Amino acid sequence: MTSTAPSPELQPGAYDPTSPLVASGNLRRREAVSRAISGLATASSLVAVAALVIVTVAVVRHGAGALSLSFLVKDPPQFGGPGGGIASAIVGTSLIVAMAAIIATPVGVLCALYLVEFSAPGSRPARAMRLALDLMQGLPTVVVGLFIFGLVVKPAQAESGFAGSLALAIIMLPLIARSSQEVLLTVPRGLRDGTDALGVDRWRAIMTVILPTALGGILTGTILAVARAAGETAPLLLIDGAFTPGTTVQLFGHAVPNIPVLIFTAVESADPSAFARAWGAALVLLALILIANVGARVLLARSRARMGL
Amino acid sequence: MSSSGGDAIRPRVRIQDGSASRPVPAAQRNDNGGTRRAAVFDIRDMSVHYGENRALDWTTLRIDRNLVTAVIGPSGCGKSTFIRSLNRMNDSIPGFRIGGQVLYHGHDLYARQTNRVEVRRRIGMVFQKPNPFPKSIYDNVAWAPRNLGMKSGLDERVERALRHAAIWDEVKDRLRASALSLSGGQQQRLCIARSIAVEPDVLLLDEPASALDPVATAAIEDLMHNLKHRYTIVIVTHNMQQAARVADRTAFFSLDERDRTGTLVEYGDTDTIFTNPADPRTRDYVTGRFG
Repeated sequence: MTSTAPSPELQPGAYDPTSPLVASGNLRRREAVSRAISGLATASSLVAVAALVIVTVAVVRHGAGALSLSFLVKDPPQFGGPGGGIASAIVGTSLIVAMAAIIATPVGVLCALYLVEFSAPGSRPARAMRLALDLMQGLPTVVVGLFIFGLVVKPAQAESGFAGSLALAIIMLPLIARSSQEVLLTVPRGLRDGTDALGVDRWRAIMTVILPTALGGILTGTILAVARAAGETAPLLLIDGAFTPGTTVQLFGHAVPNIPVLIFTAVESADPSAFARAWGAALVLLALILIANVGARVLLARSRARMGL
Repeated sequence: MSSSGGDAIRPRVRIQDGSASRPVPAAQRNDNGGTRRAAVFDIRDMSVHYGENRALDWTTLRIDRNLVTAVIGPSGCGKSTFIRSLNRMNDSIPGFRIGGQVLYHGHDLYARQTNRVEVRRRIGMVFQKPNPFPKSIYDNVAWAPRNLGMKSGLDERVERALRHAAIWDEVKDRLRASALSLSGGQQQRLCIARSIAVEPDVLLLDEPASALDPVATAAIEDLMHNLKHRYTIVIVTHNMQQAARVADRTAFFSLDERDRTGTLVEYGDTDTIFTNPADPRTRDYVTGRFG
Protein backbone atom coordinates (compact mmCIF):
# COMPACT_ATOMS: atom_id res chain seq x y z
CA MET A 1 0.00 0.00 0.00
CA THR A 2 1.43 3.37 -0.94
CA SER A 3 0.67 6.63 0.72
CA THR A 4 -0.94 8.05 -2.40
CA ALA A 5 -3.69 5.40 -2.53
CA PRO A 6 -5.86 5.67 0.59
CA SER A 7 -7.45 2.44 1.74
CA PRO A 8 -11.03 2.13 0.54
CA GLU A 9 -12.71 2.09 3.96
CA LEU A 10 -11.27 5.50 4.79
CA GLN A 11 -12.78 7.05 1.68
CA PRO A 12 -15.63 9.42 2.36
CA GLY A 13 -18.87 8.31 0.85
CA ALA A 14 -18.28 4.62 1.61
CA TYR A 15 -21.81 4.62 2.98
CA ASP A 16 -24.76 6.89 2.55
CA PRO A 17 -25.33 8.75 5.88
CA THR A 18 -28.95 9.44 4.93
CA SER A 19 -29.88 5.76 4.49
CA PRO A 20 -32.34 4.27 7.08
CA LEU A 21 -30.78 3.35 10.48
CA VAL A 22 -31.12 -0.41 10.16
CA ALA A 23 -28.40 -3.04 10.48
CA SER A 24 -26.53 -3.44 7.25
CA GLY A 25 -23.40 -5.13 5.95
CA ASN A 26 -21.66 -7.42 8.42
CA LEU A 27 -23.48 -5.85 11.37
CA ARG A 28 -26.34 -8.20 10.54
CA ARG A 29 -24.03 -11.20 10.90
CA ARG A 30 -22.44 -9.88 14.10
CA GLU A 31 -25.86 -9.33 15.60
CA ALA A 32 -26.86 -12.89 14.78
CA VAL A 33 -23.72 -14.21 16.51
CA SER A 34 -24.38 -11.96 19.48
CA ARG A 35 -27.95 -13.22 19.78
CA ALA A 36 -26.79 -16.83 19.54
CA ILE A 37 -24.23 -16.38 22.32
CA SER A 38 -26.66 -14.61 24.62
CA GLY A 39 -29.21 -17.35 23.93
CA LEU A 40 -26.65 -20.02 24.85
CA ALA A 41 -25.75 -18.20 28.04
CA THR A 42 -29.40 -17.91 29.03
CA ALA A 43 -30.04 -21.57 28.24
CA SER A 44 -27.03 -22.65 30.28
CA SER A 45 -28.25 -20.68 33.28
CA LEU A 46 -31.63 -22.33 32.95
CA VAL A 47 -30.00 -25.77 32.80
CA ALA A 48 -28.09 -25.00 36.00
CA VAL A 49 -31.22 -23.86 37.81
CA ALA A 50 -33.16 -26.82 36.43
CA ALA A 51 -30.55 -29.25 37.76
CA LEU A 52 -30.94 -27.76 41.23
CA VAL A 53 -34.73 -27.81 41.03
CA ILE A 54 -34.84 -31.41 39.75
CA VAL A 55 -32.50 -32.68 42.47
CA THR A 56 -34.42 -30.85 45.19
CA VAL A 57 -37.81 -31.99 43.92
CA ALA A 58 -36.60 -35.59 43.64
CA VAL A 59 -35.22 -35.57 47.18
CA VAL A 60 -38.39 -33.98 48.57
CA ARG A 61 -40.72 -36.36 46.70
CA HIS A 62 -38.88 -39.50 47.72
CA GLY A 63 -37.86 -38.34 51.16
CA ALA A 64 -41.09 -36.76 52.35
CA GLY A 65 -42.71 -40.18 52.72
CA ALA A 66 -40.04 -41.31 55.18
CA LEU A 67 -40.25 -38.13 57.24
CA SER A 68 -42.04 -38.25 60.56
CA LEU A 69 -41.32 -37.11 64.07
CA SER A 70 -40.01 -40.52 65.04
CA PHE A 71 -37.73 -40.47 61.98
CA LEU A 72 -36.10 -37.38 63.42
CA VAL A 73 -35.92 -38.35 67.09
CA LYS A 74 -35.38 -42.15 67.05
CA ASP A 75 -32.19 -44.05 66.41
CA PRO A 76 -32.05 -46.70 63.68
CA PRO A 77 -33.01 -50.20 64.89
CA GLN A 78 -30.08 -51.88 66.60
CA PHE A 79 -29.96 -54.90 64.29
CA GLY A 80 -31.21 -53.44 61.02
CA GLY A 81 -34.62 -53.75 59.43
CA PRO A 82 -37.47 -51.26 59.04
CA GLY A 83 -38.63 -48.67 61.54
CA GLY A 84 -36.68 -46.30 63.71
CA GLY A 85 -35.17 -43.00 62.65
CA ILE A 86 -31.89 -41.30 61.99
CA ALA A 87 -31.50 -39.18 65.13
CA SER A 88 -28.03 -40.50 65.86
CA ALA A 89 -26.82 -39.55 62.37
CA ILE A 90 -28.32 -36.06 62.60
CA VAL A 91 -26.60 -35.46 65.92
CA GLY A 92 -23.38 -37.02 64.66
CA THR A 93 -23.19 -35.05 61.42
CA SER A 94 -24.00 -31.81 63.25
CA LEU A 95 -21.23 -32.44 65.77
CA ILE A 96 -18.64 -33.55 63.23
CA VAL A 97 -19.30 -30.61 60.94
CA ALA A 98 -19.44 -28.12 63.82
CA MET A 99 -16.09 -29.37 65.08
CA ALA A 100 -14.66 -29.16 61.56
CA ALA A 101 -15.91 -25.57 61.26
CA ILE A 102 -14.42 -24.70 64.64
CA ILE A 103 -11.05 -25.98 63.43
CA ALA A 104 -11.12 -24.65 59.88
CA THR A 105 -12.73 -21.20 60.27
CA PRO A 106 -10.06 -19.47 62.37
CA VAL A 107 -7.26 -20.97 60.32
CA GLY A 108 -8.98 -20.12 57.06
CA VAL A 109 -9.76 -16.53 58.06
CA LEU A 110 -6.20 -16.07 59.33
CA CYS A 111 -4.88 -17.38 56.00
CA ALA A 112 -7.03 -14.81 54.23
CA LEU A 113 -5.80 -12.08 56.58
CA TYR A 114 -2.24 -13.11 55.83
CA LEU A 115 -2.88 -12.87 52.09
CA VAL A 116 -4.72 -9.55 52.18
CA GLU A 117 -3.45 -7.64 55.21
CA PHE A 118 -0.03 -8.91 56.14
CA SER A 119 1.80 -10.09 53.03
CA ALA A 120 2.86 -7.82 50.24
CA PRO A 121 0.58 -8.41 47.26
CA GLY A 122 2.36 -10.44 44.61
CA SER A 123 5.22 -11.34 46.93
CA ARG A 124 6.69 -14.81 46.71
CA PRO A 125 5.22 -16.20 49.95
CA ALA A 126 1.80 -14.77 49.12
CA ARG A 127 1.83 -16.36 45.66
CA ALA A 128 2.98 -19.69 47.11
CA MET A 129 0.20 -19.50 49.68
CA ARG A 130 -2.47 -18.83 47.04
CA LEU A 131 -1.19 -21.71 44.92
CA ALA A 132 -1.22 -24.02 47.95
CA LEU A 133 -4.83 -23.09 48.72
CA ASP A 134 -5.87 -23.69 45.12
CA LEU A 135 -4.16 -27.07 45.07
CA MET A 136 -5.76 -27.93 48.38
CA GLN A 137 -9.16 -27.08 46.95
CA GLY A 138 -8.49 -29.60 44.20
CA LEU A 139 -7.44 -32.40 46.55
CA PRO A 140 -9.62 -35.47 45.99
CA THR A 141 -11.53 -35.92 49.22
CA VAL A 142 -10.81 -39.64 49.29
CA VAL A 143 -7.12 -38.75 49.42
CA VAL A 144 -7.80 -36.49 52.39
CA GLY A 145 -9.64 -39.38 54.02
CA LEU A 146 -6.76 -41.75 53.38
CA PHE A 147 -4.32 -39.21 54.80
CA ILE A 148 -6.29 -38.84 58.03
CA PHE A 149 -6.71 -42.61 58.14
CA GLY A 150 -2.95 -43.06 58.10
CA LEU A 151 -2.30 -40.16 60.43
CA VAL A 152 -5.00 -40.62 63.08
CA VAL A 153 -7.12 -43.73 62.68
CA LYS A 154 -4.40 -46.28 62.09
CA PRO A 155 -2.14 -45.25 65.00
CA ALA A 156 -5.14 -45.02 67.34
CA GLN A 157 -6.50 -48.33 66.09
CA ALA A 158 -9.95 -46.75 66.09
CA GLU A 159 -12.16 -44.76 63.81
CA SER A 160 -13.51 -41.61 65.35
CA GLY A 161 -15.81 -38.70 64.74
CA PHE A 162 -12.94 -36.36 65.48
CA ALA A 163 -10.88 -37.90 62.68
CA GLY A 164 -13.84 -37.14 60.43
CA SER A 165 -13.85 -33.55 61.65
CA LEU A 166 -10.16 -33.24 60.83
CA ALA A 167 -10.72 -34.48 57.28
CA LEU A 168 -13.68 -32.16 56.77
CA ALA A 169 -11.65 -29.26 58.18
CA ILE A 170 -8.97 -29.88 55.56
CA ILE A 171 -11.67 -29.80 52.88
CA MET A 172 -13.23 -26.62 54.28
CA LEU A 173 -10.02 -24.70 54.90
CA PRO A 174 -9.22 -23.59 51.32
CA LEU A 175 -12.88 -22.76 50.64
CA ILE A 176 -13.04 -20.50 53.70
CA ALA A 177 -9.64 -18.95 53.07
CA ARG A 178 -10.29 -18.14 49.43
CA SER A 179 -13.80 -16.76 49.93
CA SER A 180 -12.67 -14.69 52.94
CA GLN A 181 -9.80 -13.36 50.88
CA GLU A 182 -12.18 -12.21 48.14
CA VAL A 183 -14.36 -10.46 50.70
CA LEU A 184 -11.45 -8.77 52.47
CA LEU A 185 -10.29 -7.41 49.14
CA THR A 186 -13.62 -5.61 48.78
CA VAL A 187 -13.19 -3.73 52.07
CA PRO A 188 -12.47 -0.16 50.93
CA ARG A 189 -8.89 0.99 51.16
CA GLY A 190 -10.11 4.17 52.83
CA LEU A 191 -11.03 2.24 55.97
CA ARG A 192 -7.50 0.88 56.29
CA ASP A 193 -6.06 4.35 55.70
CA GLY A 194 -8.43 5.69 58.33
CA THR A 195 -7.40 3.17 60.97
CA ASP A 196 -3.71 3.54 60.12
CA ALA A 197 -3.87 7.33 60.36
CA LEU A 198 -5.19 7.13 63.92
CA GLY A 199 -2.11 5.37 65.23
CA VAL A 200 -3.88 2.15 66.09
CA ASP A 201 -2.04 -1.01 65.22
CA ARG A 202 -3.22 -3.19 62.37
CA TRP A 203 -4.39 -6.11 64.45
CA ARG A 204 -6.85 -4.02 66.43
CA ALA A 205 -8.02 -2.39 63.23
CA ILE A 206 -8.58 -5.84 61.75
CA MET A 207 -10.52 -7.07 64.76
CA THR A 208 -12.72 -4.03 65.24
CA VAL A 209 -13.14 -2.46 61.80
CA ILE A 210 -12.03 -4.64 58.92
CA LEU A 211 -13.39 -8.04 60.01
CA PRO A 212 -16.75 -6.62 61.16
CA THR A 213 -17.11 -4.92 57.78
CA ALA A 214 -16.29 -8.15 55.97
CA LEU A 215 -18.23 -10.37 58.36
CA GLY A 216 -21.19 -10.98 56.05
CA GLY A 217 -19.10 -12.31 53.21
CA ILE A 218 -16.88 -14.37 55.49
CA LEU A 219 -19.93 -15.92 57.10
CA THR A 220 -21.45 -16.73 53.73
CA GLY A 221 -18.21 -18.38 52.59
CA THR A 222 -18.04 -20.38 55.80
CA ILE A 223 -21.63 -21.56 55.43
CA LEU A 224 -20.93 -22.67 51.87
CA ALA A 225 -17.92 -24.59 53.13
CA VAL A 226 -20.07 -26.17 55.87
CA ALA A 227 -22.67 -27.16 53.29
CA ARG A 228 -19.99 -28.71 51.15
CA ALA A 229 -18.44 -30.60 54.07
CA ALA A 230 -21.74 -31.80 55.53
CA GLY A 231 -22.40 -34.03 52.54
CA GLU A 232 -18.83 -35.24 52.10
CA THR A 233 -18.90 -39.03 52.07
CA ALA A 234 -15.62 -40.46 50.87
CA PRO A 235 -13.39 -39.53 53.83
CA LEU A 236 -16.05 -40.51 56.37
CA LEU A 237 -16.37 -43.96 54.80
CA LEU A 238 -12.70 -44.52 55.56
CA ILE A 239 -12.39 -42.96 58.98
CA ASP A 240 -15.85 -42.69 60.50
CA GLY A 241 -17.86 -45.46 58.84
CA ALA A 242 -18.04 -48.40 61.26
CA PHE A 243 -20.47 -46.96 63.77
CA THR A 244 -23.14 -48.52 65.92
CA PRO A 245 -26.62 -47.03 65.45
CA GLY A 246 -26.96 -45.46 68.89
CA THR A 247 -26.75 -41.70 69.49
CA THR A 248 -23.47 -40.47 70.90
CA VAL A 249 -21.97 -37.05 71.53
CA GLN A 250 -18.52 -38.47 72.16
CA LEU A 251 -16.42 -37.53 69.12
CA PHE A 252 -13.28 -39.29 70.33
CA GLY A 253 -12.35 -42.94 70.41
CA HIS A 254 -15.09 -44.48 68.31
CA ALA A 255 -16.97 -43.95 65.09
CA VAL A 256 -19.92 -41.55 65.24
CA PRO A 257 -23.04 -42.11 63.13
CA ASN A 258 -23.39 -39.58 60.32
CA ILE A 259 -25.81 -38.91 57.49
CA PRO A 260 -23.59 -39.42 54.40
CA VAL A 261 -22.36 -42.86 55.49
CA LEU A 262 -25.87 -43.75 56.63
CA ILE A 263 -27.18 -42.93 53.15
CA PHE A 264 -24.38 -44.93 51.57
CA THR A 265 -24.92 -48.05 53.65
CA ALA A 266 -28.69 -47.79 53.37
CA VAL A 267 -28.55 -47.70 49.60
CA GLU A 268 -26.07 -50.58 49.55
CA SER A 269 -28.15 -52.80 51.81
CA ALA A 270 -30.64 -55.37 50.51
CA ASP A 271 -33.43 -54.06 52.73
CA PRO A 272 -36.02 -52.10 50.68
CA SER A 273 -37.09 -50.05 53.73
CA ALA A 274 -33.50 -48.83 54.02
CA PHE A 275 -33.84 -47.20 50.61
CA ALA A 276 -36.68 -45.02 51.84
CA ARG A 277 -34.57 -44.15 54.88
CA ALA A 278 -31.76 -43.05 52.55
CA TRP A 279 -34.08 -40.60 50.76
CA GLY A 280 -35.38 -39.33 54.07
CA ALA A 281 -31.85 -38.82 55.33
CA ALA A 282 -30.95 -36.95 52.13
CA LEU A 283 -33.91 -34.64 52.68
CA VAL A 284 -32.86 -34.02 56.27
CA LEU A 285 -29.33 -33.22 55.13
CA LEU A 286 -30.62 -30.69 52.60
CA ALA A 287 -32.88 -29.16 55.24
CA LEU A 288 -30.01 -28.91 57.75
CA ILE A 289 -27.89 -27.04 55.22
CA LEU A 290 -30.78 -24.72 54.43
CA ILE A 291 -31.39 -24.03 58.13
CA ALA A 292 -27.71 -23.26 58.69
CA ASN A 293 -27.76 -20.91 55.74
CA VAL A 294 -30.86 -19.01 56.84
CA GLY A 295 -29.69 -18.92 60.45
CA ALA A 296 -26.36 -17.39 59.45
CA ARG A 297 -28.10 -14.76 57.40
CA VAL A 298 -30.41 -13.82 60.25
CA LEU A 299 -27.43 -13.50 62.60
CA LEU A 300 -25.69 -11.37 60.01
CA ALA A 301 -28.67 -9.06 59.58
CA ARG A 302 -28.81 -8.57 63.36
CA SER A 303 -25.13 -7.78 63.66
CA ARG A 304 -25.36 -5.35 60.76
CA ALA A 305 -28.29 -3.60 62.39
CA ARG A 306 -26.23 -3.29 65.56
CA MET A 307 -23.34 -1.83 63.58
CA GLY A 308 -25.69 0.74 62.11
CA LEU A 309 -25.31 -0.33 58.51
CA MET B 1 9.22 -7.06 65.89
CA SER B 2 7.21 -3.98 66.52
CA SER B 3 3.48 -4.09 66.91
CA SER B 4 3.23 -2.54 63.49
CA GLY B 5 5.14 -5.34 61.87
CA GLY B 6 2.22 -6.20 59.65
CA ASP B 7 3.20 -4.53 56.45
CA ALA B 8 5.82 -6.48 54.65
CA ILE B 9 7.29 -3.47 52.92
CA ARG B 10 9.82 -1.58 54.92
CA PRO B 11 11.40 1.24 53.01
CA ARG B 12 14.75 1.24 54.72
CA VAL B 13 16.80 2.01 51.67
CA ARG B 14 18.11 5.51 51.60
CA ILE B 15 18.97 7.13 48.32
CA GLN B 16 22.45 8.49 48.55
CA ASP B 17 23.12 10.57 45.54
CA GLY B 18 24.95 13.59 46.75
CA SER B 19 22.00 15.34 48.30
CA ALA B 20 24.20 17.54 50.45
CA SER B 21 25.97 19.11 47.53
CA ARG B 22 22.82 20.25 45.82
CA PRO B 23 22.25 24.00 46.15
CA VAL B 24 19.04 25.18 47.71
CA PRO B 25 17.00 27.22 45.23
CA ALA B 26 16.76 30.87 46.06
CA ALA B 27 13.02 30.69 46.39
CA GLN B 28 13.26 28.19 49.24
CA ARG B 29 15.57 30.23 51.43
CA ASN B 30 12.86 32.09 53.26
CA ASP B 31 11.66 28.81 54.72
CA ASN B 32 11.82 30.12 58.25
CA GLY B 33 9.35 32.86 57.52
CA GLY B 34 11.44 35.30 59.51
CA THR B 35 9.73 34.59 62.83
CA ARG B 36 11.06 32.51 65.72
CA ARG B 37 8.73 29.58 65.99
CA ALA B 38 9.32 25.99 67.00
CA ALA B 39 9.76 23.72 64.03
CA VAL B 40 7.51 20.68 63.98
CA PHE B 41 8.84 19.23 60.76
CA ASP B 42 12.32 19.89 59.51
CA ILE B 43 12.46 18.32 56.08
CA ARG B 44 15.87 18.07 54.49
CA ASP B 45 16.44 17.05 50.90
CA MET B 46 13.49 14.68 50.92
CA SER B 47 13.02 12.76 47.70
CA VAL B 48 10.56 9.97 47.01
CA HIS B 49 10.65 7.11 44.54
CA TYR B 50 7.95 4.64 43.66
CA GLY B 51 9.92 1.79 42.15
CA GLU B 52 11.88 3.30 39.30
CA ASN B 53 9.80 6.46 39.16
CA ARG B 54 10.93 9.51 41.04
CA ALA B 55 7.82 11.18 42.40
CA LEU B 56 9.32 13.98 44.44
CA ASP B 57 12.59 15.82 44.14
CA TRP B 58 14.79 17.43 46.77
CA THR B 59 12.36 19.05 49.08
CA THR B 60 13.70 21.12 51.93
CA LEU B 61 11.36 23.07 54.17
CA ARG B 62 10.36 23.71 57.75
CA ILE B 63 6.85 23.44 59.08
CA ASP B 64 6.23 25.42 62.24
CA ARG B 65 4.04 24.85 65.23
CA ASN B 66 0.47 26.17 65.38
CA LEU B 67 0.44 27.36 61.82
CA VAL B 68 -1.62 26.23 58.89
CA THR B 69 0.72 25.29 56.09
CA ALA B 70 -0.87 24.81 52.69
CA VAL B 71 0.60 22.72 49.91
CA ILE B 72 -0.63 23.76 46.48
CA GLY B 73 0.23 22.79 42.93
CA PRO B 74 -1.10 21.15 39.79
CA SER B 75 -2.13 17.49 39.57
CA GLY B 76 0.71 15.01 39.78
CA CYS B 77 3.17 17.45 41.33
CA GLY B 78 3.73 15.28 44.37
CA LYS B 79 1.54 17.15 46.88
CA SER B 80 -0.09 14.02 48.19
CA THR B 81 3.16 12.09 48.10
CA PHE B 82 4.70 14.85 50.19
CA ILE B 83 2.02 15.01 52.86
CA ARG B 84 1.65 11.23 53.07
CA SER B 85 5.37 10.97 53.70
CA LEU B 86 4.95 13.10 56.82
CA ASN B 87 3.16 10.32 58.73
CA ARG B 88 4.48 7.34 56.80
CA MET B 89 1.21 6.57 55.03
CA ASN B 90 3.24 5.76 51.92
CA ASP B 91 4.99 2.85 53.59
CA SER B 92 2.40 0.37 52.39
CA ILE B 93 2.80 1.38 48.75
CA PRO B 94 4.96 -1.19 46.93
CA GLY B 95 8.28 0.21 45.80
CA PHE B 96 8.14 3.30 48.00
CA ARG B 97 11.57 4.66 48.94
CA ILE B 98 12.44 7.92 50.60
CA GLY B 99 15.71 9.81 50.60
CA GLY B 100 16.95 12.67 52.70
CA GLN B 101 15.60 13.30 56.17
CA VAL B 102 12.26 14.09 57.71
CA LEU B 103 12.82 15.32 61.24
CA TYR B 104 9.79 15.57 63.50
CA HIS B 105 10.68 17.56 66.64
CA GLY B 106 14.22 16.52 65.86
CA HIS B 107 13.48 12.81 65.55
CA ASP B 108 14.03 11.06 62.24
CA LEU B 109 10.62 9.80 61.10
CA TYR B 110 12.22 7.08 59.00
CA ALA B 111 14.84 5.95 61.48
CA ARG B 112 15.05 2.25 62.15
CA GLN B 113 13.84 2.56 65.72
CA THR B 114 10.93 4.82 64.78
CA ASN B 115 7.61 3.05 65.21
CA ARG B 116 5.22 3.82 62.40
CA VAL B 117 2.13 3.33 64.53
CA GLU B 118 3.42 5.76 67.16
CA VAL B 119 4.19 8.25 64.39
CA ARG B 120 0.60 8.18 63.22
CA ARG B 121 -0.75 8.38 66.72
CA ARG B 122 0.88 11.82 66.99
CA ILE B 123 0.43 12.87 63.37
CA GLY B 124 -3.17 12.33 62.34
CA MET B 125 -4.51 12.45 58.82
CA VAL B 126 -7.79 13.23 57.12
CA PHE B 127 -8.27 12.05 53.57
CA GLN B 128 -9.77 13.39 50.39
CA LYS B 129 -12.71 11.01 50.49
CA PRO B 130 -14.53 10.91 53.82
CA ASN B 131 -13.90 7.44 55.26
CA PRO B 132 -16.05 6.97 58.36
CA PHE B 133 -16.08 3.44 59.73
CA PRO B 134 -19.33 1.52 59.28
CA LYS B 135 -20.19 2.13 62.92
CA SER B 136 -22.22 4.64 64.88
CA ILE B 137 -21.20 8.30 65.05
CA TYR B 138 -20.17 7.83 68.68
CA ASP B 139 -18.17 4.69 67.96
CA ASN B 140 -16.33 6.35 65.10
CA VAL B 141 -14.94 8.98 67.45
CA ALA B 142 -14.51 6.62 70.40
CA TRP B 143 -12.81 3.90 68.38
CA ALA B 144 -9.22 5.14 68.49
CA PRO B 145 -9.30 6.31 72.14
CA ARG B 146 -10.68 2.92 73.15
CA ASN B 147 -8.00 1.07 71.24
CA LEU B 148 -5.27 3.33 72.59
CA GLY B 149 -6.32 2.78 76.19
CA MET B 150 -7.84 6.23 76.76
CA LYS B 151 -11.00 4.81 78.21
CA SER B 152 -11.66 7.11 81.13
CA GLY B 153 -13.98 10.01 80.41
CA LEU B 154 -14.73 8.63 76.99
CA ASP B 155 -18.09 10.38 76.66
CA GLU B 156 -16.52 13.75 77.44
CA ARG B 157 -13.69 13.06 75.04
CA VAL B 158 -16.10 12.22 72.24
CA GLU B 159 -18.16 15.33 72.92
CA ARG B 160 -15.07 17.53 73.01
CA ALA B 161 -13.79 16.14 69.72
CA LEU B 162 -17.17 16.58 68.05
CA ARG B 163 -17.41 20.15 69.38
CA HIS B 164 -13.96 21.03 68.13
CA ALA B 165 -14.85 19.63 64.75
CA ALA B 166 -17.95 21.86 64.74
CA ILE B 167 -20.37 19.00 64.25
CA TRP B 168 -21.63 18.44 67.80
CA ASP B 169 -24.85 20.41 67.39
CA GLU B 170 -25.77 18.45 64.30
CA VAL B 171 -25.21 14.99 65.75
CA LYS B 172 -25.68 15.28 69.53
CA ASP B 173 -29.19 13.82 69.35
CA ARG B 174 -28.25 10.86 67.22
CA LEU B 175 -24.85 9.69 68.40
CA ARG B 176 -25.98 6.07 67.99
CA ALA B 177 -26.99 6.53 64.36
CA SER B 178 -24.76 5.16 61.65
CA ALA B 179 -21.98 7.47 60.54
CA LEU B 180 -22.85 6.50 56.99
CA SER B 181 -26.20 8.29 57.33
CA LEU B 182 -24.41 11.66 57.50
CA SER B 183 -23.90 13.92 54.50
CA GLY B 184 -20.47 14.11 52.85
CA GLY B 185 -19.54 17.33 54.62
CA GLN B 186 -20.69 15.99 57.98
CA GLN B 187 -18.79 12.76 57.38
CA GLN B 188 -15.62 14.74 56.71
CA ARG B 189 -16.03 16.76 59.91
CA LEU B 190 -16.68 13.49 61.73
CA CYS B 191 -13.38 12.20 60.33
CA ILE B 192 -11.68 15.33 61.66
CA ALA B 193 -13.33 14.76 65.04
CA ARG B 194 -12.13 11.17 64.93
CA SER B 195 -8.58 12.39 64.32
CA ILE B 196 -8.54 14.98 67.09
CA ALA B 197 -10.16 12.62 69.60
CA VAL B 198 -6.72 11.10 70.23
CA GLU B 199 -5.21 14.58 70.67
CA PRO B 200 -2.57 14.42 68.00
CA ASP B 201 0.20 16.97 67.66
CA VAL B 202 -0.21 17.48 63.93
CA LEU B 203 -3.20 17.19 61.60
CA LEU B 204 -2.48 16.39 57.98
CA LEU B 205 -5.39 17.16 55.64
CA ASP B 206 -5.12 15.72 52.15
CA GLU B 207 -7.56 17.73 50.02
CA PRO B 208 -10.19 17.48 52.74
CA ALA B 209 -12.77 19.58 50.91
CA SER B 210 -12.32 18.51 47.32
CA ALA B 211 -15.29 16.13 47.45
CA LEU B 212 -17.52 18.64 49.21
CA ASP B 213 -19.91 21.38 48.14
CA PRO B 214 -19.05 25.06 48.85
CA VAL B 215 -21.12 25.26 52.04
CA ALA B 216 -19.46 22.19 53.55
CA THR B 217 -16.11 23.51 52.36
CA ALA B 218 -16.68 26.79 54.18
CA ALA B 219 -17.49 24.86 57.36
CA ILE B 220 -14.21 22.94 57.11
CA GLU B 221 -12.25 26.13 56.48
CA ASP B 222 -13.78 27.89 59.50
CA LEU B 223 -12.87 24.88 61.53
CA MET B 224 -9.23 25.13 60.55
CA HIS B 225 -8.91 28.65 61.90
CA ASN B 226 -9.98 27.38 65.30
CA LEU B 227 -8.00 24.15 65.22
CA LYS B 228 -4.67 25.77 64.54
CA HIS B 229 -4.51 27.12 68.08
CA ARG B 230 -4.26 23.55 69.31
CA TYR B 231 -2.69 21.69 66.43
CA THR B 232 -0.18 22.17 63.69
CA ILE B 233 -1.99 21.76 60.40
CA VAL B 234 -0.70 20.84 56.97
CA ILE B 235 -3.30 20.94 54.22
CA VAL B 236 -2.99 19.86 50.62
CA THR B 237 -5.41 21.62 48.33
CA HIS B 238 -5.87 22.10 44.63
CA ASN B 239 -7.97 25.15 45.42
CA MET B 240 -5.77 28.26 45.52
CA GLN B 241 -8.44 30.47 47.07
CA GLN B 242 -8.72 27.95 49.86
CA ALA B 243 -4.99 28.12 50.50
CA ALA B 244 -5.15 31.91 50.49
CA ARG B 245 -8.04 31.86 52.97
CA VAL B 246 -6.79 29.35 55.51
CA ALA B 247 -3.01 29.13 55.36
CA ASP B 248 -0.29 31.10 57.11
CA ARG B 249 2.40 29.58 54.94
CA THR B 250 2.12 28.14 51.48
CA ALA B 251 4.36 25.76 49.61
CA PHE B 252 3.99 25.62 45.85
CA PHE B 253 4.95 22.35 44.19
CA SER B 254 5.19 21.90 40.47
CA LEU B 255 6.14 19.33 37.88
CA ASP B 256 9.65 19.68 36.61
CA GLU B 257 9.35 20.03 32.82
CA ARG B 258 12.49 18.03 32.13
CA ASP B 259 12.06 14.86 34.15
CA ARG B 260 8.33 14.98 35.03
CA THR B 261 9.11 14.89 38.75
CA GLY B 262 7.31 16.81 41.44
CA THR B 263 9.43 19.52 42.95
CA LEU B 264 9.10 22.30 45.51
CA VAL B 265 9.23 25.61 43.70
CA GLU B 266 8.59 28.14 46.40
CA TYR B 267 7.71 28.26 50.07
CA GLY B 268 6.90 31.24 52.18
CA ASP B 269 4.22 33.33 53.85
CA THR B 270 0.91 32.92 52.07
CA ASP B 271 0.68 36.65 51.39
CA THR B 272 4.05 36.65 49.72
CA ILE B 273 3.32 33.59 47.63
CA PHE B 274 0.07 35.03 46.35
CA THR B 275 1.02 38.69 45.93
CA ASN B 276 4.74 38.81 45.38
CA PRO B 277 6.13 35.40 44.45
CA ALA B 278 9.82 35.13 43.72
CA ASP B 279 9.54 32.44 41.08
CA PRO B 280 7.82 33.08 37.72
CA ARG B 281 6.29 29.58 37.84
CA THR B 282 4.56 30.42 41.10
CA ARG B 283 3.32 33.68 39.65
CA ASP B 284 1.92 31.92 36.60
CA TYR B 285 0.16 29.37 38.76
CA VAL B 286 -1.40 31.67 41.36
CA THR B 287 -2.59 34.08 38.70
CA GLY B 288 -4.17 31.25 36.74
CA ARG B 289 -1.84 31.53 33.80
CA PHE B 290 -0.46 28.08 34.41
CA GLY B 291 -0.38 25.96 31.26
